[in-house]
Amino acid sequence: MTGLKLTNIKKSYGKTDVIHGVDLEVQKGEFIVFVGPSGCGKSTLLRMIAGLESITDGDLEISGERVNDLPAAMRGIAMVFQTYALYPHMTVYDNMAFGMRIAKADKAEIEKRVTDAADMLQLTPYLDRLPKALSGGQRQRVAIGRAIVRNPTVFLFDEPLSNLDAALRVATRIEIANLKEGLPDTTMVYVTHDQVEAMTLADRIVVLSAGLIEQVGTPLELYNKPANTFVAKFIGSPAMNISKAKLSKAGDSSVLALPNGNSFEVPISSAAGLEGQDLEWGVRPEDMLICQDNDTELLSGSVMFIESLGEVTLLHIDCGGEDSVVAKLPGIADVKKGDQISLTAPADKLHVFDNKGVSFLYL
Amino acid sequence: MDQIYSALLTMSLGVAGCILYFWGSNWLLGIIFPFRGQSHEQAARNLRIASSVRPWLFLGPALFFLFLYLVYPVIDSLRLSFMGRSGEEFVGISNYVWLFNDPEFQESLKNNVLWLLIVPAASTFFGLIIAALTDRVSWGNIAKSLIFMPMAISFIGASIIWKFIYDYRPTGSDQIGLLNAFVEYLGFEPQAWIAVPFWNNLFLMIILVWIQTGFAMVILSAALRGIPEETVEAAVLDGANGLQIFFKILVPQIWGTIAVVWTTITITVLKVFDIVLAMTNGQWNSQVLANMMFDWMFRGGGDFGRGAAIAVIIMVAVVPIMVWNIRNAQAQMEDR
Amino acid sequence: MSATQTQARSSTLVQRMKRISPLTIVVHLSVLLLVIMWTIPTFGLLVSSIRDKDQLAVSGWWTALSSSEQNLIARTNAPSTQVFENGVYILKGNIAPEGESVEVLAFGSSSQDPSAFEPGTTSTLRNGNTLNVETNGDYVFSSEKEFTGSRGKRIFYQAVEKPRWTLDNYREVLSSEGLGQSFINSLTVTIPATIIPILIAAFAAYALSWMQMPFRGLLLAVVIGLLVVPLQMSLIPLLRLYNEIAMYFGVGAKSYLGIWLAHTGFGLPLAIYLLRNYISNLPREIIESARVDGATDFDIFRRIVLPLSFPALASFAIFQFLWVWNDLLVATVFLGNGDEFLVLTGRLRELLGSRGGNWEILTASAFVTMIVPITVFFTLQRYLVRGLLAGSVK
Repeated sequence: MTGLKLTNIKKSYGKTDVIHGVDLEVQKGEFIVFVGPSGCGKSTLLRMIAGLESITDGDLEISGERVNDLPAAMRGIAMVFQTYALYPHMTVYDNMAFGMRIAKADKAEIEKRVTDAADMLQLTPYLDRLPKALSGGQRQRVAIGRAIVRNPTVFLFDEPLSNLDAALRVATRIEIANLKEGLPDTTMVYVTHDQVEAMTLADRIVVLSAGLIEQVGTPLELYNKPANTFVAKFIGSPAMNISKAKLSKAGDSSVLALPNGNSFEVPISSAAGLEGQDLEWGVRPEDMLICQDNDTELLSGSVMFIESLGEVTLLHIDCGGEDSVVAKLPGIADVKKGDQISLTAPADKLHVFDNKGVSFLYL
Repeated sequence: MDQIYSALLTMSLGVAGCILYFWGSNWLLGIIFPFRGQSHEQAARNLRIASSVRPWLFLGPALFFLFLYLVYPVIDSLRLSFMGRSGEEFVGISNYVWLFNDPEFQESLKNNVLWLLIVPAASTFFGLIIAALTDRVSWGNIAKSLIFMPMAISFIGASIIWKFIYDYRPTGSDQIGLLNAFVEYLGFEPQAWIAVPFWNNLFLMIILVWIQTGFAMVILSAALRGIPEETVEAAVLDGANGLQIFFKILVPQIWGTIAVVWTTITITVLKVFDIVLAMTNGQWNSQVLANMMFDWMFRGGGDFGRGAAIAVIIMVAVVPIMVWNIRNAQAQMEDR
Repeated sequence: MSATQTQARSSTLVQRMKRISPLTIVVHLSVLLLVIMWTIPTFGLLVSSIRDKDQLAVSGWWTALSSSEQNLIARTNAPSTQVFENGVYILKGNIAPEGESVEVLAFGSSSQDPSAFEPGTTSTLRNGNTLNVETNGDYVFSSEKEFTGSRGKRIFYQAVEKPRWTLDNYREVLSSEGLGQSFINSLTVTIPATIIPILIAAFAAYALSWMQMPFRGLLLAVVIGLLVVPLQMSLIPLLRLYNEIAMYFGVGAKSYLGIWLAHTGFGLPLAIYLLRNYISNLPREIIESARVDGATDFDIFRRIVLPLSFPALASFAIFQFLWVWNDLLVATVFLGNGDEFLVLTGRLRELLGSRGGNWEILTASAFVTMIVPITVFFTLQRYLVRGLLAGSVK
């Protein structure tokens, strides 16, 4: 059943278009994460779903009803803000009860829902406190509690963890994951710029860039089969290395002609028409290997910089391209700065994109 | 006492009226354009209408008062300045012709220029010095509080305070004015200070400087504290001494605030009339525009045409600052 | 981080400047000098207002604590109290005024020479009478002839004048000079004129900060422009308007309602500007969160914005209170000089004209007008400063 449906949603401020037409269907109970660099329009999109920004064009449906013109309060949504947005002059209890009081709900009903939510989030001892007497993590829990009390059909999160320190961020992330299990019927939309949050929480991730959807898919789909170079570089850390080549032979498997003169066959099919064209290929740093005797060399260059992290070693290698190539080798690698190194990778770990950056898998 | 009760009653009625208006109009809006229990289409339409009407309900009383008490009078004053003494018959520019030939007006204009040059400069200067100095002593807050206090005193009260200081007794009897006592102590002749043409202007200005310095000090002190400490530390490491830090590091960083203080005091100077009214009422060549305007409003039953013409002159002097303020505020809003 | 490092980090600008400037004492002295310069006028007024009016008229207030020599006149007791002893008629008593004591330096019997005799010496006067005045003021006046008449004889003497402190000046201005009535008038004007604009301005400021509407920028520019419009521009048209309305209804043009509304109008630009600066800086997410919670603009204003804006409301209230209390111009124009309308500033101005030389009246009156604003100032200074910082157009 569809929980949330966006059809050709557009947003412009005056003459500036910020969302260029977004289509998305979210199942009821699904956890969707919008991710993308800052300014990509992910927060705007969320605020349009919430009813805090007007929708310039397109249709927004929640539970099958068009809600474009409904005010936020009537859309059956609840939202957790980046800065918690607690009412500073109200106690925790009053903060959580505010929405129901506005709706003139029954006192006993308010009491029940607030205490239930407080129980669930271990906030019961703090109900009489003002927000300023709480820690950052507790405040964030109150914000979540306030949203739960509203019993929403769609639960919206706007970068809820970015104001927390690293340790709390992990703890609260786990709490949100538990919350999701506890509310199986509630659709959740979560905005973040942090790909770890996206990968760990999401059922499906929506990668946005400059007001457009780049790819929608499960976390592993995005990792294993990025639709284009943008997603390839955005998901995964350090980012995928992208280099140029030519397609020397198309077919069920493709043969790349590398700038160093080597040919490399990858198990990805390509259309005959592409033969002889420029293309881009990528390989993730963690898939890179140092060339052994019989391996075909993909890239080579001198080591510019070494980061030893203990469990892995990151090598930054100048291979003559614009960006240095990064290789992530297990353990402590026996390499010195200035060493010449030649690299390869398993053929099935290569990603191939056409000259517009679209993956061969999706052509 | 009855008066207090009736004032309290009127006040509660006024406040209740305000609340009733805001609450009632909001409630009425909800009745006319309901959104609960309507079809989605209808609710959305009603909401749109209601939310475009509501700001104007909120703004209504404010706009009414602003228009009636400020916008309309400005326009009407302009009109009246071309009218005769009762404000009925059109007399063209003759009020202005009279004005510019009137020796009292010329004197007022001259004095006003003097006030505009000296008072903002002196207040800002003292304010800056005091702000800088008090930040360096542990009892600075008490000092600031005491220097700021004249802000709470009315111009007329301040005039009495200073008239007492300028009080003059003929040579031979004990001086009870502080200034003359001091002058006599130094071995000079006591003077009737506020009756000495030209110089008396300065003695009147001192009163306003005394009042306004506190204002300048408070604003500039906050600005000085807002300066990132790192810039001072960097200057210390670069070997600058206290004075160099003040004039080359601190002052340049608060030019904007200094300008704000300066213009605000300038506006006050243009409007101030109580001091002149109380001290000299324009005698001994100490007239200023605001007092002259007040004078003409009531002189011989009042000459509305000439009074309005003088008001327009004051307004003209304010306009550049007004434009500057609006520009600044708009630039600031765009920054957000 | 070690303890010393922490300390170095937390050392303030003040301490730093102290370290680099070898002139700390000079700084302290300069501040002290400035503070004295700024407070001495008010201090002089306060001291003068509680001095005896005769002393105030002849000596500077800075001498108020020291004693001075004064030529005085006293009368003996009435002749009816004379006794006949050893062949002479004697009048006895003390020259000090009722309930006070004196220290006589010298005495005499004529105004030309009040210091003719040392105290304690029995002196023969020109007409053969003898007079002795002791240092403590006890006198013995003797004559061979019987004293006649209903009034006592005059004694001229020089005495040490001790400083006399009194609240009589205040008693006088509050009752006979009408300052008490004016005090009530001032309160009547000030309280409503402070409260009415707050509510109106708060709603307007909210609308200009958080509501979607056309012409918002334009309206704000107008408000900022009106901030500096000189009051003088408004006076004549409004005076005419008030007269016409009063004529239409057949009532007096001077009324409290009139001045309340006038002060409301004149105070609104600052009120709106100040409150908008504050309200528009409230966190956007809090307002939006309330909106998601289903609150209407009215709810948001009442339950979120108003409670959170208390500091700004207080700032403006203090401003408006001080301005209205200290205002002379608006009060003179819209209330006039009738006794039932004359506010403190107006009364002060009138006294300055009618009692210009009576410093005991002027100083006490001035202090009465200042007492309320100064109290407000010292108790609520924090809000005043905050208001000043927010209210000056940056």
